[in-house]
Amino acid sequence: MRDVAVIGVGINKWGEHWKTSLRDLAVEAALKALEDAKVDAVDSIQIGCMSGGLFAGQEHLASLVADYLGCAGVPASRVESACASGGVAFKAAYAEVAAGLSDAALVLGVEKMTDVGGDEATYTLGTAADQEYECYNGATFPGLYAMMAVRHMHEFGTTRRQLSMVAVKNHDNGLKNPDAQYHAKLTPEEVERSSMVADPLHLLDCSPITDGAAALVLCPLDRAKKLSGHPLVKVLGVGHATDAIALHSRKNLVRLDAVEKAAARAYKAAGVKPSDIDLAEVHDCFTIAEIMVTEALGFAKPGEGGKLAASGATALGGKIPVNTSGGLKSKGHPVGATGVAQILELVQQLRGEAGGRQVRKAKVGLAQNMGGTGGSSTVSILGKA
Amino acid sequence: MVGICGYGAYIPRNRIKVEEISKVWGTDAESYKKGLMLEEKSVPSPDQDTITMAVEASRKAVKRAGIDPALIGAVYVGSESHPYAVKPSGTVLAEALGATPECHTSDFEFACKAGTEAMYVASQLVKAGSVKYALGVGADTSQGAPGDALEFSAAAGAAAFLFSTEKDKIVAELIDTYAYMTDTPDFWRREHMHYPRHGGRFTGEQAYFKHVVSAGKGMMAKAGMKPSDFAYAVFHQPNGKFPLRAGKMLGFEERQILTGWLVNKLGNTYSGASPLGLTAVLDEAKADDKILVVSFGSGAGSDGFVFRATDKLKAAQGLAEKTRQMLDEKKRFLEYGTYLKYRKMIIMNE
Amino acid sequence: MQPQRYWREIPRRYRLEAGKCRKCGKVFMPPRLICDACRCTEFDMVRLSDKGKVHTYTVIRIAPSGFGEQVPFVLALVDLEGGVRLTMQVADCGPEDVKIGSPVKVEFRKINEVGKSGVICYGYKAVLA
Repeated sequence: MRDVAVIGVGINKWGEHWKTSLRDLAVEAALKALEDAKVDAVDSIQIGCMSGGLFAGQEHLASLVADYLGCAGVPASRVESACASGGVAFKAAYAEVAAGLSDAALVLGVEKMTDVGGDEATYTLGTAADQEYECYNGATFPGLYAMMAVRHMHEFGTTRRQLSMVAVKNHDNGLKNPDAQYHAKLTPEEVERSSMVADPLHLLDCSPITDGAAALVLCPLDRAKKLSGHPLVKVLGVGHATDAIALHSRKNLVRLDAVEKAAARAYKAAGVKPSDIDLAEVHDCFTIAEIMVTEALGFAKPGEGGKLAASGATALGGKIPVNTSGGLKSKGHPVGATGVAQILELVQQLRGEAGGRQVRKAKVGLAQNMGGTGGSSTVSILGKA
Repeated sequence: MVGICGYGAYIPRNRIKVEEISKVWGTDAESYKKGLMLEEKSVPSPDQDTITMAVEASRKAVKRAGIDPALIGAVYVGSESHPYAVKPSGTVLAEALGATPECHTSDFEFACKAGTEAMYVASQLVKAGSVKYALGVGADTSQGAPGDALEFSAAAGAAAFLFSTEKDKIVAELIDTYAYMTDTPDFWRREHMHYPRHGGRFTGEQAYFKHVVSAGKGMMAKAGMKPSDFAYAVFHQPNGKFPLRAGKMLGFEERQILTGWLVNKLGNTYSGASPLGLTAVLDEAKADDKILVVSFGSGAGSDGFVFRATDKLKAAQGLAEKTRQMLDEKKRFLEYGTYLKYRKMIIMNE
Repeated sequence: MQPQRYWREIPRRYRLEAGKCRKCGKVFMPPRLICDACRCTEFDMVRLSDKGKVHTYTVIRIAPSGFGEQVPFVLALVDLEGGVRLTMQVADCGPEDVKIGSPVKVEFRKINEVGKSGVICYGYKAVLA
């Protein structure tokens, strides 16, 4: 296995891009990443996209994007693992480069979500749950996470206010990220006054519907040393795991097994432990998710993720800053792009290019991306080379 | 010997009061309460229809009978609100019970007597020895046009009866049956129309009373019985007044009728009406009590049944929720707007 | 929902028919082809109990397509007697009536209708016992 570096990153401001198509979203981010990496050709492309088919009527996306990127002929594939599609695409590209199959790999994440109405978007996101035994009975994603939250509150005494603090913190961070969809300071009261979506989750506990893309260029570390003008960022370890996608088939509703397993694999591969992590980007599709993920990653003991969020430890300047980018909550959640953008945030932080949200002396960063209610997860650890 | 080996009822939890409907249409609630003896009626939830209620009532019947549902050889559902215009309700019911595939199924339709038609045919099929057990169900999410007098009564409910010839299983022996019908256009609904129409006062003397009283008389004559032989009598109950008056015309006293008289709190469950009355009587009857049932369906006709409760009835009564329990407990009262939404009377976007 | 996709699931949705592993006894709903506990591939059909308890729940206030007229509705994970957990609505009650541990009974329901002219979908729901 070769050591792998991330040498280029690209993203556009996320939000509602009425004038930009799915393919152009992807190509814009890719061109920026190539420019950042100072390379003009790659020899493989991996695209994370949850549902080009249902959101935009477009499958066979990898070839389409390769063509529009002006590099038809290059092998390209689309990777799908619901909202973890981006994280899994990163893993696929990492594996290609590490194994010696590619010397320059482009990772793209993209989702064009506003070409459908709210009902259809809810339906499409719902396809990440068990269609016949969850969605058939009226389940929605906020509903499924709400049932996890109810159980977490019941078993550990997690409070409504602790959920709010996650949203407040991530929106504070988002204010410092020019690419974030929402720039709005929130108070816990505003979160709790926003309309109820699925008890106990309010609208401001939920990540939004977003158009967006993000791109990375990966290459062997040895080559990166010659190519890149940026401080070098190395992939230390990648973990990936699955779990039952139906909540009712899980052993336990208050633990995220796939995240725990993916984290254990990533920590082992990277040779680091939770206390070595200087910052983390985690999958806060709902506020309860961040609380549970911080537990699964070992930043808090099981059941104490709520306390961790309320303590300020996960804020910028805290012991373990979480979601300095604003997270899915504030930065937006174009599902297939999310996992790629998380890595992008780590790269910017580790390079020292994160501006007002820079974590001082950041050496090791972790990104956790999750599909569905935890039916799949990747954990990637990057460090300054 | 042929008779009922299991019975069951289902009544939705939702109710709407006569006052709530009157408030919207500016009608006099008191006249409905005094004149027609209607106080409130059941309303189906959005997740309930004739099929779901038929399934729940039939599951209770199977439970009381204690039989293997795979042995049910015929499933008949009578209703004027079958959810599909083409595709049987009976197939869903039989499948939900586990009675498929060796089973004969048909949906019946004869306004409010479709339920007793299903019972009639089921019982006769068992009697003829064609099948071991047969199920007859009356179920309706009754329709009445908004603002029409029918809106005060059109209700939802289901009753199911399993018939058998096994003496050790029969809780109510079917002593005899009788049918009486003419072509009388007192109430109808044309294809593709939402709501039924009716002949106003014409539906009284020439339709309801003529057929119910004639069938009652005919039934008793055929069975060689008189009103005083019966512990209970159940007549189709489109409102509170009609069955009491029909009973009186036939020589019955109110005490014989009131056990199965549910309409003041239930409304008119159309095909479920007299069958539900019978379930309420079976919940209370003692061994050897005789029961007269006379249904009525517009169009028009009446089916008559004479039952005799057996000593097996007592044990079966407690095996499932009783009809009066469903009628009187766990009620949830709706406002008119919610009622309209539940009944899909609000024009929605596709 | 196309009829063939709906039809395939009828035994599960109408009668709660599950698969019980012949070797270790684990019950799967829906049935599976291989047991995740002991890798056995032989199963017997069993019908699940219609009695259970609420393990967790929520009140859905923004519905997915096909459920708009039902909001607010309670969605729950119900632990059925015998050890199988299933996702279903708790219907015929107010949102405030459901708690963790509430005893429920499974009933037959209409799930929804596919437009004005499509199939009518039936299945299971819980009601407070």
